[in-house]
Amino acid sequence: MTTDLEALNAAPRLDNQDPTLFGQTPSQTVGPFFHYGLPWKGGADLVGRSDLGARPDLMPPEHFLLATSGVSGAPQGEVIEIAGGIYDGQGTPLNDVMVEIWHANAAGRYASDEDGREEVPLDPHFVGFGRGATDANGIWRFRTIRPGRVPGPGNTLQAPHIALSVLGRGLLKRLATRLYFADGEGNGDDPILALVPPERRDTLIARRRPDGVWWLDIVLQGENETVFFDL
Amino acid sequence: MSQVTSRLISRVILPYRREDAGAPPSLHADYRSTMLRAPRLAPLAIPATLTEVTGPDHAWARLMGPAMADLTVQHRGEPQGQRIVVAGLVLDEQARPVPDTVIEIWQANAAGRYIHSRDDWPAPLDPNFTGVGRVITDAEGRYRFVSIRPGAYPWGNHKNAWRPAHIHLSLLGPAFATRLVTQMYFPDDPLIEIDPIANAVPMPYRQRLVARFDIGTTVPNWALGYRFDIVLKGRDQTPFEEEHDDH
Repeated sequence: MTTDLEALNAAPRLDNQDPTLFGQTPSQTVGPFFHYGLPWKGGADLVGRSDLGARPDLMPPEHFLLATSGVSGAPQGEVIEIAGGIYDGQGTPLNDVMVEIWHANAAGRYASDEDGREEVPLDPHFVGFGRGATDANGIWRFRTIRPGRVPGPGNTLQAPHIALSVLGRGLLKRLATRLYFADGEGNGDDPILALVPPERRDTLIARRRPDGVWWLDIVLQGENETVFFDL
Repeated sequence: MSQVTSRLISRVILPYRREDAGAPPSLHADYRSTMLRAPRLAPLAIPATLTEVTGPDHAWARLMGPAMADLTVQHRGEPQGQRIVVAGLVLDEQARPVPDTVIEIWQANAAGRYIHSRDDWPAPLDPNFTGVGRVITDAEGRYRFVSIRPGAYPWGNHKNAWRPAHIHLSLLGPAFATRLVTQMYFPDDPLIEIDPIANAVPMPYRQRLVARFDIGTTVPNWALGYRFDIVLKGRDQTPFEEEHDDH
């Protein structure tokens, strides 16, 4: 009598498929080599057709297989540029980090099934998600539109803000933070800013430079450490 | 339905769960790059708002372009290495499928070399392999891609440090709160046991990152098959009603 070899499978072991281990897949670092896999050309340009966000200088051209931005037309709202440095605990700028943004359109509506407020218009030319690598000097940069206000908990209204994710070598988990505008309507009543100790609120507030860019440095560690959120 | 009622319903925010016991800490001294990069202050817990529970949903094609599910057909010839199929499910914490969500993939070649100018260790590049792809889950949360098994590679964390073979995976999921970047490891790789990045995840949860060899996923005369399910943060079943002044 022979074994039914075709019916055999490898012996079960404690691994991804073990039902006793079922739960959130743990996060791992994005590492230093994400550039040819994640930030596409125009990923950091939510309003135009530039290559902003990608780093094609870090790979041979025949190995840049990512998409080019699919922007369909000009979105409503004030076009803005947001940018800043990212620094480690010694103040060294980090040229191998990735930043993502997520924010509402100019009217204050998210392009997401979960935001079902039909009384606030969607913008067919605006998604609100962007991704970009820091440049050789450790600067992140996006072109987008200034978002409108969206509701907060209870009857509150949040001040205009942009949600940011920071990923990089040495970061085992995505770091989530927010960008607010120094002249933002409702900053004083924002329900999330109100939870931040007053002396740390400035780490979330972008200031307009003379060249018009809204600037926000992100400090991963140490003095003036950016406020990151547990979501 | 009155206008007031409709406004109340739209304001009910069903939060996502926070990270579970399998999450690594930000600071893990054995992984040296965390020493100057991990925040030293605890993250500030905030209530879920519309910002955290929304996400770009079905916009993946518009943002990232169509799927690239076969990493072995992107150049003139076939890449060197052991051909593999990786397949699995994307689920939430209640084991419900997460449909129509994008998984971005990148990895080293069979010799353990990345197609990246900052990776310059003396292993050969493969002109027929870039090591990038993306797949979209179907209505049942299933995904599948074809690649070659990546090699291990040395890195500078400490003397004679080698990363176990791994595939990088990036998922947006349904919301800003569900963003996940992780790495899939292979069974029977002795390097997992001594890798500071994998071991930042406490046992037994580290094993969630180890794929299972599966003869059912294996394609006869063509490719070895591995199963790897990805579980994103889920939401509790019952929405909590928020208090309203007009209520």
